[in-house]
Amino acid sequence: MKIDKERLEMLKEIMALDFSGVELNLYLDTHPMDQRALAIHNDYTIRSKKLKEEYEKKYAPLTHEIVSKCPWEWIQEPWPWEIDYEMGGR
Amino acid sequence: MWIYEKKLQFPAWVEGCDIRIAKGLFAQYGGPDSELSAGIRYLSQRYTMPLNEVKAVLTDIGTEEMAHWEIIATLIHKIIDRADPEELKKAGLDAHYIQHGRDVYPHDAAGVPWTAAYIQAIEDPITNLTEDMGAEQKARTTYEHLINLTDDRGVIETLSFLREREVVHFQRFGESLRMVQEWMNKKKF
Ligand SMILES: [Fe+2]
Repeated sequence: MKIDKERLEMLKEIMALDFSGVELNLYLDTHPMDQRALAIHNDYTIRSKKLKEEYEKKYAPLTHEIVSKCPWEWIQEPWPWEIDYEMGGR
Repeated sequence: MWIYEKKLQFPAWVEGCDIRIAKGLFAQYGGPDSELSAGIRYLSQRYTMPLNEVKAVLTDIGTEEMAHWEIIATLIHKIIDRADPEELKKAGLDAHYIQHGRDVYPHDAAGVPWTAAYIQAIEDPITNLTEDMGAEQKARTTYEHLINLTDDRGVIETLSFLREREVVHFQRFGESLRMVQEWMNKKKF
């Protein structure tokens, strides 16, 4: 399913930020005293939170933890497995 | 607990319709060294693990494996969703189509259903973590075999990402094993 180009770029940016968060999380699990990694982790968390807020306001909820209008917004398409992430792919 | 986020960890995409590789991808969806096995294994081993660092590693990697399981399902779904029964048959997915239609049922590349007998949780943290390191290497090798068998750029890009993650997980489990060994040595004296 094709989605609006601007929306796709924003979603992919969120995915990239959150992936970096996951990677730093794993690293910090076994290096809990690494202050540099900790600072990068915290920075990514702040950036991701801000961008998600913007995305949810502009497009659609990313979790069920939203204040929704009627009808319940969570059920809207597209679901993650339906999106064409690479224009021209599927 | 877990909460669903309406996004994938990686933008999984497919270029064409290499249905044959979809059959192969079931290896990582419901096979012995699949993402499903990995997730269930690590999340089952958490409860008796002695160190906080390693409880975190098992929880976080176990959770990430579920995200990878979803990525594999997405690849398979994107490929087989548009295939007609005749095309599925040609790619060797006729048995799958008869029993499961186009659903992504957890079986391996040969159709053998997933079983908990693939995994172990045996309390001893050294034994558990050694199994986990082996599991990550087996998953890495499986990804390499899959990459060797397709020329779909989307599938290759997505599988290369997942292969990288196995390397990182192996690294984190290695550090975990060392921490547990040091902790055990300290306990003795
Ligand atoms: Fe892994």
